[in-house]
Amino acid sequence: MNRIKSILLSLFLLLPLSTWAEEAAIDIPEVVMEHLSDAYEWHLWSYAGQAYSIPLPVIVRSERSGEWICQMGAEELPDGFFLNAEAHGKIYERLSDGTTVRPLDISLTKTACQIWIVVLLMLAVFLCTARWYKSRDEKSEAPSGFVGMIEMLTMTIHDDLIRSNIGEHAYKPFAKYLLTVFFFIFFTNLVGLIPFSGNVTGNINITFLLALCTMFAVNGFANRHYWQEVFLPRPFYLWPLLVITEVIGVFTKPFALMVRLFANMMAGHAILLSFTCIILLGATMGLGMAWGLGLFSGVMLLFMYCIEVLVAFIQAYVFTLLSAVFIGLAHREHEE
Amino acid sequence: MDLNSLPAILTPDLGLLFWMLLAFIIVFIVLAKFGFPAIINMVEERKAYIDESLRKAHEANEKLANIKAESEQLLREAREQSAQIVKDAAAARDSMVSQAELKAREESARIIAEAKAQIENEKQAALNEIRGEVARLSVGVAEKVLRKELSSDAAQMEYVDKLLDEVSSKAK
Repeated sequence: MNRIKSILLSLFLLLPLSTWAEEAAIDIPEVVMEHLSDAYEWHLWSYAGQAYSIPLPVIVRSERSGEWICQMGAEELPDGFFLNAEAHGKIYERLSDGTTVRPLDISLTKTACQIWIVVLLMLAVFLCTARWYKSRDEKSEAPSGFVGMIEMLTMTIHDDLIRSNIGEHAYKPFAKYLLTVFFFIFFTNLVGLIPFSGNVTGNINITFLLALCTMFAVNGFANRHYWQEVFLPRPFYLWPLLVITEVIGVFTKPFALMVRLFANMMAGHAILLSFTCIILLGATMGLGMAWGLGLFSGVMLLFMYCIEVLVAFIQAYVFTLLSAVFIGLAHREHEE
Repeated sequence: MDLNSLPAILTPDLGLLFWMLLAFIIVFIVLAKFGFPAIINMVEERKAYIDESLRKAHEANEKLANIKAESEQLLREAREQSAQIVKDAAAARDSMVSQAELKAREESARIIAEAKAQIENEKQAALNEIRGEVARLSVGVAEKVLRKELSSDAAQMEYVDKLLDEVSSKAK
């Protein structure tokens, strides 16, 4: 009797979901891509065909007049501007001669907003931690609780990752940069896992900039020995071949960093979104499929979510580790 | 290549790059100046302090062991010294006693000898005196005899001699 009751109850609960799903057939790739992409608004949820979202500041410089246009949201744009559906819904401008161009657009999009949220979070966390130390000296007790956790994490990265991989003689100038990189990626990844938040490290622009910084940090301060290995690799009879691979290697190392972080985070988000979509998809296929797929996807979703928390740390760790290794290679003392 | 044919997340976006660069630079500058150095310096200072404390504790331990050994050494030395002093004192006492004994013996011998000499002297003096007295007496006796019997000289002289001899032998 109880079982029948619960089945009836679940059927009743699933009814509105299935009716909604019948109305809007789900195109999973479309939904996933939409959630991964940047936007001029912070989409919260859709209900009954109505999207509820927070409009974000749009800052565009007109190509025609050179004027700056600042407004909230891109629902209504001034004359001459339009959202180009062929270019992922970015703001484009139609010039007087009929051609369309992409104006200078530094809108605080969803991704940009989330970057600033991460920045504020990082500043809050580390400045609070730093303030804790202000009233204490080395003779007072070691911190516990939150400050202790941050200290432990910082010192783990600083000692085990940066110091040991760059080497004792050269790690100091890079320690702060690499710590910033690690915590920036780590915090961004974690914030990206909070529901309603967007996808930041799964955007190639973000990882490109991080990799560019690392490339500068590696090559900008490299010693003579490093450049000797790039341009005068031994043995000499293989010089033409080796110099090409070495020069390409200078660029492939940061490129690999960029793609690895991007692909991992993007794939993680895509998997989470796909399993969520499968639950909704199952709801359109009748009660049995709704239960079966729902249960399966729900379990997988929870599992993947836990994995993603792990991946958030691992990817930040790997990016910092490889950056430290590359910097270490550029500062290797001449042995033998 | 038309970049718009790529998925949205692969499309370069100048605005996003700008914001990312700005945010990253700000967070890097602030944290590199106020965030991480506070943590790292404090941890390193604490590490140095702990190392220093350990080193000091080791040193203090060593010192304590040294002091213990030193005090034991001192105690042993003092004990030895006191034993030596007692022994020395005993020896000194013995030698003093024996010396005093010797001196006393010498002194007594000297006194005895002196006494003997004095006695001898006195005896000699007494003898001399007696001799003198005897002579005087004998002279007196002789006088008396002479006065009484002046008739026969020869017999009387003989008598005197006899008397004198008697007296002298008696005195002897």
